[in-house]
Amino acid sequence: MAKTHVTATINGEETEFLCDGQQTMLDVLRDEMGLTGSKEGCGSGDCGACSILVDGRLVCSCLMFGAEAEGTDIMTIEGMADGDKLHPLQQKFLEHAALQCGFCTPGVLVASKALLDKNPNPTEEEARYWLAGNLCRCTGYDKIIEAVMDAAAEMRGE
Amino acid sequence: MYAPTFAAPQSVDEAVRMLGADGAKPLSGGTDLIVQLKSGRNRPAAVVDLKKIPGLVGVEETSDGFVIGAATAGAQLGEHAGLVAAYPGIVEGAELIGSTQVQGRASLAGNLCNASPAADSIPCLAAAGAIAVVVGPNGEREMKVSEVPAGPGRTNLAKGEFIKCFKLKKPTANSSDAYLRFIPRTEMDIAVVGAGVNITRDGSSGPIKSATVWLGAVAPTIVEVDASCIVGTSLDDAALAKLDAAAQSVCNPIDDKRGTVEYRTKVAGVLARRAATIAFKRAGER
Repeated sequence: MAKTHVTATINGEETEFLCDGQQTMLDVLRDEMGLTGSKEGCGSGDCGACSILVDGRLVCSCLMFGAEAEGTDIMTIEGMADGDKLHPLQQKFLEHAALQCGFCTPGVLVASKALLDKNPNPTEEEARYWLAGNLCRCTGYDKIIEAVMDAAAEMRGE
Repeated sequence: MYAPTFAAPQSVDEAVRMLGADGAKPLSGGTDLIVQLKSGRNRPAAVVDLKKIPGLVGVEETSDGFVIGAATAGAQLGEHAGLVAAYPGIVEGAELIGSTQVQGRASLAGNLCNASPAADSIPCLAAAGAIAVVVGPNGEREMKVSEVPAGPGRTNLAKGEFIKCFKLKKPTANSSDAYLRFIPRTEMDIAVVGAGVNITRDGSSGPIKSATVWLGAVAPTIVEVDASCIVGTSLDDAALAKLDAAAQSVCNPIDDKRGTVEYRTKVAGVLARRAATIAFKRAGER
């Protein structure tokens, strides 16, 4: 089977990879690039644990073929912190204990970043609807929402 | 191991040639196709990504109305202020599909050609009289959006044909639309019933001049409701009751875990009334 050669920017670095026609972007990230922060919860776009940004747009990496990444700019959870300095969302998730098992957390963080990039001052309702595609079995969501709202306030300088 | 070939043609002609091959499937957002491919329900020999073709992604406002690329994602529709103002119902239908993540990919053409009777973006497209521009081995042709679905999972497109774009006419004065669906949850579910209504009023405070109503999820394809009973009215209670009855009369739904035949039929009448009320109000504001 002929593989597709893909060049994409992943977390700021120009990256090349080969993939076949049934590999999703999630398969490529985890199996070819060793970027295992993005999780496979369902593999069908229901849970959001594999959320990434493609050209700034929030998508499930399990619902995108790796071959579609040609020429795109991709951000995964591994690109969220600035070296050792956590992103404000990551810091607030720790402070609010907005996670327990942590499996959904990378996806929730990436989705939350996409929300605040687009809308720095969301209402709680907007945040809850935006994150409706990120399932969490542990927290009951309240702590996640508290952390997102707190991070948003801090990023606005309040 | 199964793996389809992958190609991302740069032109419609190239895509037509590739999709003429046996087992080739067009890819736009992939939110249905990839799930079907992974589950084994759909195993195309070739996947042809249409998104690199100029014009296949994006909304263009023209002097006649709007041209929407077939592979344009729901989120992109919601970001086009002109389209949201002209056809709020079409946009709200598209933006109800799946999660934020799914809306970043899922397209109108995919929603139409996946041919689920419950597809949320289709009733309002049909109510607006949207045209699908179809290309294939025999050239280009136009179809009404309402003529594309043939039944669950089946379309009236011929072998090798795919949708290039949708055309929406410029809305007339005092016209607008609305879409409502019922789901048991607040988000992330498949419509039990959907209702799309497009209304034109005779002046901003006048009665209804014309109305088009389509229902989803109550028959093998979307179905049109005879909305002549509300034309000439200002949606008083008697007119709404007639619309409710007209909507119920065209329902031919299935019984399943989401709703019984009786329940779906009853809800169809309710949603037709409510969506008409919203569209009527919006039409007066334009």
